[in-house]
Parts: sequence; C-alpha cells; structure tokens
Amino acid sequence: MKRLLKIYMEKPELAAIVFLVVLTMVFHVRSNAVFLNLQNLQGMLGLLPEVALVAVGVTLLMICGEFDLSVGSVFALTPMVMGVMLANGWPFAMAFPAGLIAALVAGFINGALTVRFSIPSFITTLGMLFVARSLTVVISGGFPPVIPAGAMPRGMFTAFIGPGDLFRMSFIWFVLIAVLIGLMLSRTNFGNWVRATGGFLPAAQSMGIPTARVKIACFMICSVLAGFAGTLQVMRLGAPLPSIGEGLELQAVAAAVIGGTALTGGIGTILGGIVGAILIRVIDNGLVLSRVDANWFKMALGALTVFAVIMNTWLRAKAKRMKVETQK
Amino acid sequence: MTAPNTGPIIQVRNLHKWYSGVHALKGVSLDINPNEALGLVGDNGAGKSTLINILSGTQRPDDGEITYEGRPIHFKGPRDAMEAGIETIYQYNSMVPTMSIARNMFIGREPVKASVFGIGIMDQAKMRAESVQAIADVDLHLRSPDALVGELSGGQRQGVAIARAMHFKSKVMILDEPTNHLAVKETQKVIGCVKSLKDLGITAVFVSHNMHHVFECCDRIVAMARGEIVMDRRVKDTSLEEILTVL
Repeated sequence: MKRLLKIYMEKPELAAIVFLVVLTMVFHVRSNAVFLNLQNLQGMLGLLPEVALVAVGVTLLMICGEFDLSVGSVFALTPMVMGVMLANGWPFAMAFPAGLIAALVAGFINGALTVRFSIPSFITTLGMLFVARSLTVVISGGFPPVIPAGAMPRGMFTAFIGPGDLFRMSFIWFVLIAVLIGLMLSRTNFGNWVRATGGFLPAAQSMGIPTARVKIACFMICSVLAGFAGTLQVMRLGAPLPSIGEGLELQAVAAAVIGGTALTGGIGTILGGIVGAILIRVIDNGLVLSRVDANWFKMALGALTVFAVIMNTWLRAKAKRMKVETQK
Repeated sequence: MTAPNTGPIIQVRNLHKWYSGVHALKGVSLDINPNEALGLVGDNGAGKSTLINILSGTQRPDDGEITYEGRPIHFKGPRDAMEAGIETIYQYNSMVPTMSIARNMFIGREPVKASVFGIGIMDQAKMRAESVQAIADVDLHLRSPDALVGELSGGQRQGVAIARAMHFKSKVMILDEPTNHLAVKETQKVIGCVKSLKDLGITAVFVSHNMHHVFECCDRIVAMARGEIVMDRRVKDTSLEEILTVL
C-alpha cells in the first residue's frame, strides 16, 4: 500500500489524470449531459491536437532544462510560409516542407544562440517570439493569403474519421507523434541524455554527453512540433491568419507544468504535458457549457497552474521521505 | 588485470595552463605509476583541479605533453578520457539526482539494441541487472536500481559513482574531493573503497585537502602550491607537518 502510494506520488501526471476524470464528471453533470455528447467531444478532439502537440514539444524542452516562448509565433509562421507559397502557385509537396524548415531554422537559432552565448533561453526565445511574429505579418502583407481550393490535402490531416466522425485525422497524427516522442524520451539513449542534461548539466557534461547538441535538437523538435500544430490549425480553418497562436506559449508551459514538469528541468513526462493540455481544453469548454462567464477561464487556468506546482512539489518532497521499495 | 608495461601509466611533462592572465599550471611534470594510490593535496587555487580537469579531458592544456600507457594523448573531451580508461569522480558532479541509479550508471554509455547514428532503444533490463551487480561488487546495498539518486546519501552516491567506474573497467580513477560533505562513517567507507582499488589493479588519484584522509589511503603524496608541484614523497617518508610547511 505504502509502496503504491509512493509510486503514485512520484508520478505527478497520475494526479493530473485523476483531477481530469473528476472535472470531466463535474462538467458533464453541470452541463446537463452535454459535455460528453458526440458533438461536443468532436469539437474538443478537433482542437486538442493543435494545443497538445505544442505542449508535447514544450514539455520535452523543459525536461531538457530549457524554455521556448516563441512556439506561438512559430505556430503562425510555419503555415504562413506554406500559405504564401501555395497562393503563389507552389505545390503542397514543396510548400509544406518549406514551412516546417522555417520552424526548424527558428528552433535551431533559439538553441544555437542559447548554447553559444550561454544566455537564458527565456531571453532568446522571447526575441524569437517577436521576430517570428513580425516575419509572419511581413510575408503575408498583413492579410491572409488566398490558398487555392484543393491545394491542401486536408483529407490527410483534418478530415473527420472514426465512429460517428468522432476524430479528425489530426488526432491520429497527434497520437503517433506523441507516442514517438514519449518513447524517445523514456526508452532511447537520447532520452537519457535529455533528462541528464536538464536534470544536472555539470554531471551530463562530465559524463561526456554532447549537451549542446542535445539542447539544440530539443529546441528544433519543439519548434517543428509547434509549426506542424499551426499547420494543422490552418488546414482546419482553411486560411492562415497572421495572428493565430498568440498566447499559446504560456498555455503550453501551463500544460507542461500542470502535468508535473519542473521548470528547473530533468523532471516530467510527455504524458503529463498531454494531460495538462487536455485539462486546459476541458476547463475552457466545460466552463462555457456550464454557463459560467467565459472570462473566468484564465482565472481557472492561472489558479490551477499555481496549485499544480505547489501540489507536485509537496508530493515529491513527501515521496522522497518515504523509504520504501519501489521496484517494479 | 596487469599493466602492459612497468613504466608510469600516466606521464605529464611540462604542463602549462593560463586562464585569462592567471598562470594556473606552471610547467607541471608528474609520473603516475600503475596500481598506485596517489594523493594530490594543496590549497584552493593551487592548480589541483586544473590538472585533474586536463587529465579527465574537460580542459585542454595550453602547453606540455601527456602520455598514457606510453602513448601521447590529446583528449578532446571527457568521452575520450573515459574510453581510454580514465574515469573521474567529482565531489557532486557525477550523478543526476532526478534520475534512477540504473540510468545514472550508464549515462552516455547506454547499452542499445540497434542504433541509427548512435541513437537507439536502451536495453533497460540489462541496465538494471548490471547496475545491481556493479553496486553489489563495491559492497553497497541499495534498495533497487530504480531508486532516484537524489534519495541516496552522499556516501552512497560516491559508492555508485565508484561502482560505475569499476563496471566500465577503468584503469585510472580520479577522485576529486570524494569525501567532502560526507558523514564520518561514509567517509570511512569511501576511503575503504579507495584502498581496495589497489587489489583490483586500478590506479587511483585521490584529490583532497583533508590530509588525514590522504594519509590513510595513499601510497604517495604530491603537494601543489601556486601552480607548481612543491613536494613528491612516499607516504611513509613524510609527515603531516612537513606537508603543511610546503603548502
């Protein structure tokens, strides 16, 4: 019993899952059983992959001990690059990779500057937040480019599928990518290096891990996931607005933190980040359906974020004091 | 294990290192013999850490030569030194507290099942089994290889670090202030460990500013001050007083 308790307390994402289940039930009752009906689930699951993919990237980067404030801007820049190219007659097979390359470049610059000049990534990526957003507006000329009908293979990315059209294709992409990143973090040697780099940099360096390259790789993964998420949103909406993704960076950080990722690095799981992102979506949607004034959403998000960090810190300290065998 | 030749395992010749105007190593020459426990003592800023960092590959000398097992070496990073068989155990820099013992044991040297460009799936069962064995080999009894290193005491952490170095068959183990911040009993355990390295044919370089610890487990003492070696004696030919006068 004590052993199970300890395992549970060492996995903060489990606490978030419990909270998610409780909250879902509350909202379902409060909304007169609208919350879990097909249409509402369809709407939520359509939006979820976009935020959750960003959260996955930010979580990975935070575990590596770094931070990315530019994901919201890259979320807009990537599909804008693609959109402008499509509007100018380029084929999707060129425009789509070009957008993702723009995201990779942004991530590389974030990482390289942070590592090379050993400055806080908070600053580098704050700079990139403005730079990438500015580029987005400049290349679009301030108006969404008109993408020719049929230029985007929406069937591959956003079409409805599954029983009762419950899911969109984007959900499948999200699950695939999340599983891949999750496995990479927990099962591969690269994942071990990411955790070591974020957990205690001097130790990672003294054990000969190429920490600079590990960090830059994480910045690039984080950026390209944000860019892909933005591309999914644009395919769903049909036109790339220069303003999409504003404020997304902080929501993604909130999702990671709610799911148990520590700002100091080394601690956290991809699943935690995803659960955090789901929680945020559930609160957003649930409040509306419960006929609560929608302006309370940010209040709830803020309170939950702080509460989650306090809880996780407390649980970890408690668990550390329990000297019990936890071998699986 | 036997040393391939009877000459020094590490030979340092005329090593220099400058840090933005400070001459940290002023032409240090030192022979480290196989299977010896060498104590390196000196005050803060004497150049011990610089010398250690160069031997462990984390810093590069500005001038001078190092030969290892008779061959000249130029380590580009800690990796090179580790692969050559020189493992360094730092005061607290060699373990990641937020990771499990098994993962810490294999940081940077994870056994992988098939890899692409050096990235692959770790063999976690092997990592667990081998860390249990390695820890038992240094006579340390820990609850489980899945426990977080952050939950271990300082002495246990050093034990795991030593177990790691032995598991990877290092020939030279550099211990940088391994007894700092340790309780008395744990200090004794680490010192016992250093003593036992000799039986395993491992050369030890024990860095400390606690003379008592050095006297207890070393065969030979080298004292450094102001970037130079100021004394080099067998333990039985010197005394605490003599060392204190040269520092």
